[in-house]
Amino acid sequence: MSKIASSSGKKVNRIGLELQPYRGDKTTLCAGCGHNAISERIVDACFEMGVDPSRVIKLSGIGCSSKSPAYFLGGAHGFNGVHGRMPSLGTGAVLANKQLMAIGTSGDGDTGAIGIGQFVHLMRRNLPIVYIIEDNGCYGLTKGQFSPTADLGSKAKTGVVNELPPIDTCALAVEMGASFVARSFSGDKKQLTAVLKAALSHRGTAMVDVISPCVTFNDHVGSTKSYAYARDHDEPLGEIDFIPHFQEIDVEYEPGTTHAVTMHDGSRLILKKLESEYDPTDRLEAVRVLHETSRRAEFATGVIYVEPDKEDFIEMLNLVEEPLATLPLERVRPTKATFEKILQELR
Amino acid sequence: MSSTGVVAQDATASSSSRQTVNDFNIQVATVNGSGSQTANLVLFRSIFKMGIPVSGKNLFPSNIAGLPTWYTIRVSRDSYLARKPEVDVLVAMNAATAREDVMGLDSGAAVVYDEAMDLSTVRDDLIFYPVPFASLVAESCPDAKLRRLVRNMIYVGVLAKLLDINLAYVEESLDGQLGRKVKALELNQSALRGGYDYADEHLSKRDRFVLEPMAKTNGKILVDGNNAAALGAMMAGVTVVAWYPITPSSSLCETLIDYMGKYRVDEETGKATFAVVQAEDEIAAIGMTLGAGWAGARAMTSTSGPGISLMAEFTGLGYYAEVPAVIFDVQRVGPSTGLPTRTAQGDILSTAVLSHGDTKHLLLLPSSVTECYSMSLRAFDLAERFQTPVFVMSDLDLGMNSWMSEPFEYPTGQPDRGKLLDAETLKRLKEWGRYRDVDGDGIAYRSLPGDGMPTYFCRGSGHDAEARYSERADDYEENLKRLATKFETARDAVPGPVIERESEGSIGVIAYGSSHWAVIESCDQLHHEAGLDLTYCRLRSLPFNAVLNDFIDRCERVYVVEQNRDAQMLSLMRMELSPERIAKLRSVLYFGGLPLDARSVTDTILASEGSELAPTTSA
Repeated sequence: MSKIASSSGKKVNRIGLELQPYRGDKTTLCAGCGHNAISERIVDACFEMGVDPSRVIKLSGIGCSSKSPAYFLGGAHGFNGVHGRMPSLGTGAVLANKQLMAIGTSGDGDTGAIGIGQFVHLMRRNLPIVYIIEDNGCYGLTKGQFSPTADLGSKAKTGVVNELPPIDTCALAVEMGASFVARSFSGDKKQLTAVLKAALSHRGTAMVDVISPCVTFNDHVGSTKSYAYARDHDEPLGEIDFIPHFQEIDVEYEPGTTHAVTMHDGSRLILKKLESEYDPTDRLEAVRVLHETSRRAEFATGVIYVEPDKEDFIEMLNLVEEPLATLPLERVRPTKATFEKILQELR
Repeated sequence: MSSTGVVAQDATASSSSRQTVNDFNIQVATVNGSGSQTANLVLFRSIFKMGIPVSGKNLFPSNIAGLPTWYTIRVSRDSYLARKPEVDVLVAMNAATAREDVMGLDSGAAVVYDEAMDLSTVRDDLIFYPVPFASLVAESCPDAKLRRLVRNMIYVGVLAKLLDINLAYVEESLDGQLGRKVKALELNQSALRGGYDYADEHLSKRDRFVLEPMAKTNGKILVDGNNAAALGAMMAGVTVVAWYPITPSSSLCETLIDYMGKYRVDEETGKATFAVVQAEDEIAAIGMTLGAGWAGARAMTSTSGPGISLMAEFTGLGYYAEVPAVIFDVQRVGPSTGLPTRTAQGDILSTAVLSHGDTKHLLLLPSSVTECYSMSLRAFDLAERFQTPVFVMSDLDLGMNSWMSEPFEYPTGQPDRGKLLDAETLKRLKEWGRYRDVDGDGIAYRSLPGDGMPTYFCRGSGHDAEARYSERADDYEENLKRLATKFETARDAVPGPVIERESEGSIGVIAYGSSHWAVIESCDQLHHEAGLDLTYCRLRSLPFNAVLNDFIDRCERVYVVEQNRDAQMLSLMRMELSPERIAKLRSVLYFGGLPLDARSVTDTILASEGSELAPTTSA
């Protein structure tokens, strides 16, 4: 994309902002934590998409993942809530002001255990929000207990073997009616940035599960969420090109080798085939691929399912154009005549 | 057998000296799910239309169909609206409870019953009115499948005749209940007439209970507290509502949904100026409410005790991160499921300090439907002014029963949106910190997402005055102290205690919420029966303020009336008041789940006063 320079000579984006407002506080997570890479990708994606940080709300629950909103988009409002309940805070905030862009970060425990109830209902409602799971298969902040996304047979640092089957948050999201479901790996800079950009351009809930190794408690031999394991078992569904709505398509794609999806805002998501044809708008295919790769002990990455034009929660509720939060009194308080009419019916 | 009753033994009309006019209690005993609610409300409203003060109490089981249910209508020329346990006119429609219902009556009571039950031999000191419901309903409703639904209207007709209710009022009330349902209206009208005509031809008035028109309900409205609270919320300009169904609070949000659908849809665009979400549970409901409050909406949820427990963690977040929210707690009985269709004031203590760590909340304590409306309005102002969750503590008796009230007042003036940061304030403050107490009242200025003002990171973890993450002891203490200051500021901003009844005596009584109605009646009973004059102070909110202290100071002893086992409000007073004041407090407790009656209060106070006045043997 074309970049203009600001008066200070620094690179600015399409809305004229430098990178600074997209950055956050210095991270307090462990050096090498996958979550830090995700924060960087969020910064990149938002900067390049020209997202206005002052219109963004960052939301999270509890855990290492939920600390990360402090480390990106410092110019945005943020709300770090209670464990597993970020979806409800986000729902309230977006209903209060539908002009806000909500980005939530959660963890595999925050989403898959304590918060699974709110997670599935968020997927059902299709609230406009980017919901990122920073998935490391363990509870980092309480020192490494298994989370519900830990694979069967995966070994903890203590040597304990996980005996319960994992919850596949992507399969669950597809099943619950999510309209955008993706999986990526914190170590895959290019794919993750493209996936996040697509998520930002989606209207409705964009669920992005990112395998994000915990360097302290889950990065050893025997773990299925380590960097090494993730690199070896990542099975991209195709190379992704994301072309934002404000950018001209300047690359020629050879017919038959790509699958293109037009997002609601006009952006184009182009999947370049690797081995087999994959249509991310086919829900049954999405479920099949998730199950099949999981049976091979691999994990499929990329945009797994997308339904660009599904009605979102805001449309369903038929809300007025302006934010509800700041509607003037005369629009939210019925007139005295109406009030008298109501009282008359009670006589 | 009984010869001492005031029963007119002959079949002619009783003499006027034996008449009891506009001061008795009607109870209808039916089976849940039999459609009796329409009939009962028609009867209730008809008496109201005669200008006679009435109160209706629905005593219903936690069941959809099949279990016994009772509806009582108290007629009171003196405007006493509390529950009266003694039944004067019984309508026995439920064979399963009829004998017990009849055995519980005082001598001289009237019984209208289905003649198929053969009740008249059970006692000989009552006036029995057998009614052939089966044949009457068959006559008025040819379709056998629909008979169940109109059967109850027959007793309305019978009572209209026996008690002398103007039939025009009954038909008007029926029309109001069924309105546009033409077929149902016709069938019910026919059943009503059938009952009336039967009584006219076959029953001669022998009991002493009669109704005479008065002018005490002119201009008044009849409404339940949940409806009133919903109306208050709509008039307050609520925009985001999240809820989860639970008895007895469901009808609050359901009524609100009706109101909003009618009156809060933009006329030009057809779009809604509100969002209502039926959440997946109460945790999500309060989460949505807080999320919306943080983003600047007037947001609310409504629940009952079990939901309050689930909201505990989030409420602590709301308190500590300082987010406005309005929570209606329509209280019911019990820990766990308890008695979900019975009333109590059992959530006072747990809600006052709901959550973990140091938390204390603003509670409003409506005692009437009028206050369910006005405090609903007020709660939104307080929540935004103090940037904190505010609880409106209603109960099943207030919330689900119909009460007469003066018409509500249209709100005047602008809502108080609290200390919102704007360009002018920012200029004045020079430097802004989300949790800085610049005004000395403990309340800081907040910015809203998307408002163009400086942003902050809202969090439940430790933070300093600039909203930065902090685990420093001094930062945490400073913040908690400021929250305490804010609570002190609230003492004189919340609706304070009111002295409802002055007297020369030195004995006081304190009550709150729906207990009010029993207490005002009890004060009169104590005056008439024992010459005991109480001064009565009604609490309207937490935190307490100086009015309460002054009240206790001028009393020798004070009875605190509550509908719970553990003297919850008195316990809160113990936490705050001086030992001298605490020593004056005595508890009057009722926790059986039925709406509190005056006699229970009177008897407890009389017994206690007897022992207070009795010479003590200990040195």
